[in-house]
Amino acid sequence: MRNLLNITDLSTGEIDELIALAEDIIAHPETYQDVCRRKKLATLFFEPSTRTRLSFEAAMLDLGGSVLGFSEAQSSSAAKGETVGDTVRVVCGYADIIAMRHPKEGAPFAAVQVASKPVINAGDGGHNHPTQTLTDLLTIHRERGAFRDFTIGFCGDLKFGRTVHSLVSALARYTGIRFVFISPEELRLPRYIVDNTLKRNNLPYIETTSLESAIPDLDVLYMTRVQRERFFNEADYIRLKDTYILDCDKLERAKPDLCILHPLPRVNEIAVEVDEDPRAKYFEQAANGKFIRMALIMKLLELSV
Amino acid sequence: MKIDSIQNGIVLDHIKAGRSMEIYKLLGLDRLDCSVAIIKNARSTQMGKKDIIKIADRIDLNLDVLGFVDPGITVDIIEDGKLVQKKHVQLPEKLVNVLKCKNPRCITSSEPHLRSMFVLTDREKRVYSCAYCDTRYHR
Ligand SMILES: [Zn+2]
Repeated sequence: MRNLLNITDLSTGEIDELIALAEDIIAHPETYQDVCRRKKLATLFFEPSTRTRLSFEAAMLDLGGSVLGFSEAQSSSAAKGETVGDTVRVVCGYADIIAMRHPKEGAPFAAVQVASKPVINAGDGGHNHPTQTLTDLLTIHRERGAFRDFTIGFCGDLKFGRTVHSLVSALARYTGIRFVFISPEELRLPRYIVDNTLKRNNLPYIETTSLESAIPDLDVLYMTRVQRERFFNEADYIRLKDTYILDCDKLERAKPDLCILHPLPRVNEIAVEVDEDPRAKYFEQAANGKFIRMALIMKLLELSV
Repeated sequence: MKIDSIQNGIVLDHIKAGRSMEIYKLLGLDRLDCSVAIIKNARSTQMGKKDIIKIADRIDLNLDVLGFVDPGITVDIIEDGKLVQKKHVQLPEKLVNVLKCKNPRCITSSEPHLRSMFVLTDREKRVYSCAYCDTRYHR
């Protein structure tokens, strides 16, 4: 493992190792507080994403390292027309590892062509966001104890939601997971994922338009936002938007140990009243993001305790 | 129809009928000074119809491009009017600086100096995907 651009860069064994390391960091944080002493993480955020950047920075600081970087293109040389490659080459002279966010798809691949230090993709447009997927995996693993014997529902915009696509393809490596896809007709999971990922691996799945009817069977519910701009007409949006809002009423029929996830930020697809429900795990999920990034930084820098 | 046979050069034979112009363009043959003959719909015992390209110079050929367009092509190297070498091409694993990614959100669209790179992602269906953004290339 040298860079992480796409979750598919990781073998199942490497994913399991990262999760095991993250769980050990959670259990014994003090053991890891000096692992990255005198190491520097550069956060190159060519577009703003405050939560992701803070998560990376907190991860490096908790490992005893330090951070430098920029949080938007305006404050970087990119605003003057410098290429990704030139920026990355220069930064490799200062930092030991790079976390990079860029609005253009494939920008991290351009970076690794010239980088002499490990590069982590912290999101490249609508393309990949592997540390989000690792965060989701860690959260599910902590809640369920293993990647088997549960039913996971994905709800909302399954057509354009990259976090959903990426998590489905990661979970498809394991056996004993049942999938339920809950979305409006026009925002169903793309057929290539159904064919190449679900059918090819013989994974049990169903597709439905009703969150209400699907919810009693679920052990994990992964909510995503249904965006207004994805609809062809306003009437469809208004007709459908509330169907995919999770509130306490819909949760009444859910299992007592359901685990509710959301990649955040949420807009209105999970009612605020749900936050008080012990089954809401999305803030824990965000916190887990720091721990899996700590594990990832250690692996890429080839450090151990 | 009769085309003079070449003394020194390259003959691209067994091109699927109709593909020769695409190859002419992808190989950049329009930029050559030497004579280039394109023969379309030549009769072939194996193929019925085929295209042939004759190049009257020993240029450096990108065999990957040929393999990508049509893995059935054979490359004949001619010296002093004699066939000295016959090469078969194959579907390449990687295509560098051959195709342009059509995804407007791809980094190669905003930084055009980047080397374009496509990798073979489905051999059976002969699908190539952009190494940067994974967009599939459709002919
Ligand atoms: Zn591309």
